[in-house]
Amino acid sequence: MATGQSVTSFDPRLVRADTPALARIINGRPITYLDSAASSLPPRPVIDAMSRHYERQHANVHRGVYQTANESTQSYEGAREAIARFIHAPDGAEEIVFTKNATESFNLLAKSWGAKNLGVGDVVLLSVMEHHANIVPWFQLRDAVGIEVRFIPVGDDYRLDLSNIEELMKGVRLVSVTAMSNVLGTVTPLQELARIAHEHGALIAVDAAQLVGHAPSNVVDLDVDFFMFSAHKMLGPTGLGVLWTRRDILAEMPPFLGGGGMIADVSTSGYVPAKGPTRFEAGTPPIAEAAGLSAAVTFLEGLGMQNIAQHDRDLTRDALARIDDEFGGRVRIIGPRDTEQRGGVISMDVEGVHAHDVAQVLDQFGVCVRPGHHCAKPLMKRFNLTATARASFGPYSLVSDTDVLIEALNDAVKLFG
Amino acid sequence: MSNLEDLYREVILDHYRSPRNRGELETPPAHRVEGFNPLCGDEVTAYLLVDDGVLTDIKMTGHGCSISQSSSSLMSAAVKGKPIEQVRALITTFKKLMTVHESSIESTDSAPLQDVRSLGELAALQGVVKFPVRIKCATLAWNTLNQGLDELDATP
Repeated sequence: MATGQSVTSFDPRLVRADTPALARIINGRPITYLDSAASSLPPRPVIDAMSRHYERQHANVHRGVYQTANESTQSYEGAREAIARFIHAPDGAEEIVFTKNATESFNLLAKSWGAKNLGVGDVVLLSVMEHHANIVPWFQLRDAVGIEVRFIPVGDDYRLDLSNIEELMKGVRLVSVTAMSNVLGTVTPLQELARIAHEHGALIAVDAAQLVGHAPSNVVDLDVDFFMFSAHKMLGPTGLGVLWTRRDILAEMPPFLGGGGMIADVSTSGYVPAKGPTRFEAGTPPIAEAAGLSAAVTFLEGLGMQNIAQHDRDLTRDALARIDDEFGGRVRIIGPRDTEQRGGVISMDVEGVHAHDVAQVLDQFGVCVRPGHHCAKPLMKRFNLTATARASFGPYSLVSDTDVLIEALNDAVKLFG
Repeated sequence: MSNLEDLYREVILDHYRSPRNRGELETPPAHRVEGFNPLCGDEVTAYLLVDDGVLTDIKMTGHGCSISQSSSSLMSAAVKGKPIEQVRALITTFKKLMTVHESSIESTDSAPLQDVRSLGELAALQGVVKFPVRIKCATLAWNTLNQGLDELDATP
């Protein structure tokens, strides 16, 4: 296994060759997968790691004493260590909780930490560019315990408007924001927000779903308190998410779901929850998926997260310029033009053509983009949109993908005249 | 690319670009009913004026994809001025069309075919069934109209 300190080498063509799903032919053309912001495509080593787990060592984790049960447990706990290393968790694997996905991580945060620590008069500060996963659990908590949910506005430059942040921070106990908008591609100033939150005695939680697969993640450098993401957006499998928080915070958080695996003791009079991350992992966890996630971390480390970030910037800069050249104002980009502090997500509003029709025409060319509100309805409303067609890059994306995108967009524009 | 031409027939694009019966009616006497497609954000609002068992006028507003909006326009043109029983029957026929599988449209089974012929311009929407995720776009206006008629029925 690579240690993460090894020399990195990045060639998107090699990543592509290692990604079996990119060999598909769709409507007679090679697939052009531009939906990595929704879910990334796993490379062969990730798929192999999961197959190997089922073929050689599958058994339930923890408690078993036979050899394959030990191997299965080691593999599962090894994934915790891999993730701790990947995001630079200061106290290692003891701070990594596995969930179903980033959405469940937010629900865990709201229903465990939030319900224990927040009440009437306390404010959770979100931003208008949040995914519903970082909005709805807070409204549910509001309805349950009477907190206030407040939003940082988004400016016309598609970035967070912090001009009134001192006023907004009044009564705030938790700032919970995305690291990168899944619609705009905007990268938020997390270090600045963390400083502001901490100056006001609040904690800061981060939706890192769009960040972890695309740029280096260092929870110590960012100085954040909670960090949530999904494995399937970082070349890993579906069904597995992560919540990181500092060990001292985790130790004080009450359990989330109840059941086997999360207890220290159960009797007919009650239960005592386990200590550490397993307290939040009731029932048989996604074991094979954890093996896949370990392989994804190793794969990403081998590519180098800085290299992936640079690749995203190069592709985005090229695509934004060419969409402008080709379509002028006919295809409007909903997101920042500056490729610094911006990821490889390109939301498009095609004049006179609804996003679903755009995506339908693109499908005929084997081009996979996502139409709709991208689970960010407050943001869509902010910009008077009901839907955009969103193209997003992964480490296997090439400039030739943008060629096909533009060819297909031309057809959509022509069809709807 | 034949598939795409099945979906985006010229009639559909025409109704999308120049929707018929677009606008609002005064409420009352008209009845207003809204329909949403929460997954894709399509919206239609129907204004229904019913007099003596006849849908004497209908206006539609809304926004969404070409399929949802052209279906709304085609529907308004097809039902305007019709007795309510005929409108209800047309809703039933149209929704059946949207559940008929491609193979049975092309088969010799004549029942669905007769239904399709009776639909006139609306038959242009039959290509939608080959694109299952778009069926809900095509049926949105019809479900909204049906709900509006139900609400009128329930009004004393």
